Amino acid sequence: MTRDVVRFEHGSRVPGWDDAVDLTKDPAQIPDPATTPVPPELRAQIEEYMSRYPDRRSAALPALRAAQNHHTYCSPEAVDQVACVMRVTPAYLAALTTFYDMLETEPKGTHAVYVCTNISCSLNGAEELYEAFQEAIGEDPDINLRTFECLGACDIAPMASVDGTYIGPLAPGDAVTVRDDIKADRPVLDAKQLRHRKVVPQGDPS
Amino acid sequence: MTALLFENIDEEGLNTLEVYERRGGYRSLPKALAMTRDEVLDTLVESGLRGRGGAGFSMGKKASFLPKTDMEKYLVCNADESEPGAFKDRELMQKNPHQLIEGIMIGAYAAGANRAFIFIRGEYDFQADILEAAVAEAYEAGYAGERILDSEHTITLVVHRGAGAYICGEETALLDGLEGKRGSPRLKPPFPANQGLYQGPTLINNVETLCNVPHIIRLGVEGFTKHGVEGSRGTKVVSVSGNVQRPGNYEVELGTPSRNIIYGLAGGPPEGREVKFWFPGGSSAPILTGDDLDLPYDFDSMAKAGSMLGSGSIIVIDDSNAVLDVALKVAKFYRHESCGKCTPCREGTNWTVKMLERIERGEATPMDLEIMAGVQERIIGNCLCVLGDSMAMPIGSMIKKFRDEFEAHIERARAEADGGPVPEPSALVGVAGAEPGPYPSTADAED
Repeated sequence: MTRDVVRFEHGSRVPGWDDAVDLTKDPAQIPDPATTPVPPELRAQIEEYMSRYPDRRSAALPALRAAQNHHTYCSPEAVDQVACVMRVTPAYLAALTTFYDMLETEPKGTHAVYVCTNISCSLNGAEELYEAFQEAIGEDPDINLRTFECLGACDIAPMASVDGTYIGPLAPGDAVTVRDDIKADRPVLDAKQLRHRKVVPQGDPS
Repeated sequence: MTALLFENIDEEGLNTLEVYERRGGYRSLPKALAMTRDEVLDTLVESGLRGRGGAGFSMGKKASFLPKTDMEKYLVCNADESEPGAFKDRELMQKNPHQLIEGIMIGAYAAGANRAFIFIRGEYDFQADILEAAVAEAYEAGYAGERILDSEHTITLVVHRGAGAYICGEETALLDGLEGKRGSPRLKPPFPANQGLYQGPTLINNVETLCNVPHIIRLGVEGFTKHGVEGSRGTKVVSVSGNVQRPGNYEVELGTPSRNIIYGLAGGPPEGREVKFWFPGGSSAPILTGDDLDLPYDFDSMAKAGSMLGSGSIIVIDDSNAVLDVALKVAKFYRHESCGKCTPCREGTNWTVKMLERIERGEATPMDLEIMAGVQERIIGNCLCVLGDSMAMPIGSMIKKFRDEFEAHIERARAEADGGPVPEPSALVGVAGAEPGPYPSTADAED
């Protein structure tokens, strides 16, 4: 027996696989410096990264993160600028931005709130915590709220990372405080920051 | 209670050069430089130090595999600690970065490398800042860079930040990430010791392994082998988390009974709860149950019990949790992190999640358990790296040890779902009277 399979444009069965592709266009070459303006401070930063390694391409990840900080996400423009300074094709960098979790390919809020929902955190109530964050932050365009895989801080489970600052253990009620601290540009939930945490007293195991 | 790596760990300012030196730091580096390379290598081999990143391979032997030619060689410190349950490297880098830098310098000297890199996961921004400040101090004081400590050896050190990919903890994927590519594991051989970073011989070690090196040089083989047991020398920083009262990092002698770590140090599960099962080495280790609590915590005993010490991260799950929830969490994690290069891992993790979700929704039959166990067996050993195995081993062990619970859940969930909109077996196309198999239901598709 035969069945019609639902197909999308270009005969693909998988939606979105060719989103970035214009099939009638030639592949993008290394951007021309004459037509690709790069902010001087971003250029200096990327060049400094390239000087650290024997192979300039090693600087791709730090360079993309710098461009993301500058443009709030890895926009086609940001990728072109990095490609121009690094002398690689935009496609080379697009392969990275779509692979690594911390590089965003869609416009996102400038403040990143990653809520860990891996094993140790979810054993300690990460799901409730994430729901509380969703409620507190809602559709705020400035804040990029998302769940994240293990952030390596299971000792303060359940925890979250706010712009790279680890905080925990969090109660659902902390979500509102975190949002207010981000909005007011204050250190986030200072009392629960990881940097204050001491190694647990090492007892005698016997 | 012995503290090697955690000595003075909470002292204010230990992350600065001044306090580290005052506490006896950077004394092992000149001592090592005064020895020949082979002497340092022999010391590392004889110390019995095994890799703390997961595989547990002898660090000295690994270093001695690098060819003794004068081609450009590299040392890469693996600080991409992303294993669920592991957070020991974070503590070591944040509190005592110079201990790691000293270990890297000695390791690089022993391996003949003159370029060293620390690949730290992108999420550890705070720790990376501390490391970068410490590296700058070490350059300033002549412990790194050109002609270190007025010897003829040049060892440069660069902190490289990742951008969020668990797979970059795998050594060859880490090298790809460091070269500025997607982190995809490479075919082995050639092993990194022969052809690694930029095609040059490369020694890759975990943070904790390298942190042990200054202590081995300081204490000598005899002093170091006093710690631990035969086959597992030294101390181990154990990360304990999950359902325990005092989660955290504990430095213990290898060979300490597991019960003493989980109950004695970490306080055991909350009042009134029992240990149902536990991961002895991060989420990729096959699980052990409450009956295994009296095993000594070392490499060989864990292997004998059918599990592994791995990165030394204990996750405790108490009896208030369903094994299915944890299995689903584990499987979803590996599905998300699979790089997609090898089919068994990419498809196996995906289908395992789908089958576990069917069980959860009450659409599964006991036959699905068989198929799922079969999928796990077919992943193991069939990929370039062990990411797929890392899901297959714990899930396989959960099905084996908690089959009753899975079956009971299947029955209960099916009975509950029977009233709801469940596709009838007869709606399946092709096979008359078929039970729903591990395939997506075609009930909604047009005929």
